[in-house]
Amino acid sequence: MLEVDIHLRQGDFRLDAAFAGSDGVTALFGRSGAGKTTLLNAIAGLVRVDSGAVTVDGVALYDSVRGIDLPVHRRRVGYVFQDTRLFPHLTVARNMTYGAGRRPDRQALAHMASLLDLEAHLTRRPDNLSGGERQRVAIGRAMLSRPRVLLMDEPLTALDVALRAEILPYIERLRDEAGIAIVYVSHTVEEVTRLAERVVFLDAGQVAAAGTVDDVMGQPDLMAVTGRSAGGAILQGVIDEIDADAGLARIAMPGGTVWAPDGGWPRGTTVRLRLRARDVALARAAPQGTSIANALPATVMAIEAGEGAVVTVRLTFGAQTVLAHLTRPAVAALELAEGHQVWALVDAVALDPPVRLSGAPA
Amino acid sequence: MLTPAEWQAVGLSLQVAALALVIVLPLAVAVAWLLARKRFPGKVLVDALVHLPLVMPPVVTGYLLLVLLGRQGVVGQFLDETFGIVFAFRWTGAAVAAGVMALPLVVRPLRLAFESVDPRLEQAAATLGASPLRVFLTVTLPLAMPGLIAGVILGFAKSLGEFGATITFVSSIPGETRTLSLAIQTLLEIPGREDAALRLTLIAVAISVAALVASELVVRRLRRDVHA
Repeated sequence: MLEVDIHLRQGDFRLDAAFAGSDGVTALFGRSGAGKTTLLNAIAGLVRVDSGAVTVDGVALYDSVRGIDLPVHRRRVGYVFQDTRLFPHLTVARNMTYGAGRRPDRQALAHMASLLDLEAHLTRRPDNLSGGERQRVAIGRAMLSRPRVLLMDEPLTALDVALRAEILPYIERLRDEAGIAIVYVSHTVEEVTRLAERVVFLDAGQVAAAGTVDDVMGQPDLMAVTGRSAGGAILQGVIDEIDADAGLARIAMPGGTVWAPDGGWPRGTTVRLRLRARDVALARAAPQGTSIANALPATVMAIEAGEGAVVTVRLTFGAQTVLAHLTRPAVAALELAEGHQVWALVDAVALDPPVRLSGAPA
Repeated sequence: MLTPAEWQAVGLSLQVAALALVIVLPLAVAVAWLLARKRFPGKVLVDALVHLPLVMPPVVTGYLLLVLLGRQGVVGQFLDETFGIVFAFRWTGAAVAAGVMALPLVVRPLRLAFESVDPRLEQAAATLGASPLRVFLTVTLPLAMPGLIAGVILGFAKSLGEFGATITFVSSIPGETRTLSLAIQTLLEIPGREDAALRLTLIAVAISVAALVASELVVRRLRRDVHA
């Protein structure tokens, strides 16, 4: 259990952030310059904090009232930096065991090396590793220092799309095995959807929203950060049928079922599904004779005109939020108003395969 | 080939240079690290003080050492009475003179090397639980090793050749303080001993070249280790 309440000033910048995170991943989400890295540095003790408290499992790392301010090396905070910061003069193995003290645990190293697929590289120097390998070494090094909490600062940002896809499964494995709180700074929806249980949305040094992933990601104002094309809601459900011939899986949700591309998860898996707002169309009557695979019965909660041509319609679909982007003429033509019953149309081919929710039984 | 007196001068020079390095190295590492990494009041003063022997006439440095560390000197008297340590007109005094003269030459490359070590690596080491001392010994110092070696070589060469401060502080006593440089100078004063002076000169050149080659080999080895 990690509890953070931090107040600091750096010149004109003010950071006032409070959140709590239990085991599993808490995503710190926000624009660049919002204070995400500063917040991580404050938890690690790398920057000066004016007031507040940081406790992990009841142990105070910092507490301005009680006058506690542990030096960085006594905080036992694992930190995976964006730029890896591997020691160039040490081998991969010695980098990884650096935090384990004078008598490193060979077994722990072997386990971590196999978890991160690094066995073949243990005697090499960081200079000769690929970007993805370097990042995996950095993750293993932080984990082997047996941290009380793991801080990850956009560990995938410096990597290209293929490498990201390569490393995400390792982070997922780590999350499921480690049993500690992980704070993960990110600004991509994919990473948050796959990894996080909770999201803290930072804006200009203040917590603008905090809560579970589906609650926070469904808020229309987040779209300014995610970008309009990436913005949308995240739904949760259980796979209840698989159509192997069609390559589709049906996900049962409180408001109905949704067909999506099969992600390879068996029936009964609790999954998360991302519904981009631009892929959702609305109809006032039950559609007939269309190729669209999904028609979700929903209720209009709010209609928010944004910049330019786009209007964001917030819907509720069995207590879960769905966002849709429409044009102004479309909203007028449908005579949409709050409280209307509509059908949200989403084609299965527009969706990413669902991802398994962490901690849920496979 | 060499007379016993000449051998003595060579041996004494190496002995003096070695002790000078032993005295000066810990001090130079500490000063270079402070100058590279810390902000403190009087930093400019420390910087100037360290570099003073480089810009002052060596005779002046030697005379100041005599005033400070001589038997009647402020510090010298205290050291003599309390610990029985005497530097004046001893080979240890020659080492102190050589060390003081070498200090700025050792500090400079070390400071540059410390400054070139990425402080973010030191931060990373701290988050992994390393105390400031362990960070210094396992990250900062190894990464600054080429600078340390450059400093050691420069300091050794300077100590070996030091003349002005040494002769002023500890005089030129055969077998005690007459190092290679002082011996060459003495021989040049005596008519007909130019051949002996030349022999010692060649030995001085040989030692200097050997030191340079050795440092080059070590630096290359280090580079290979880091980038292998």
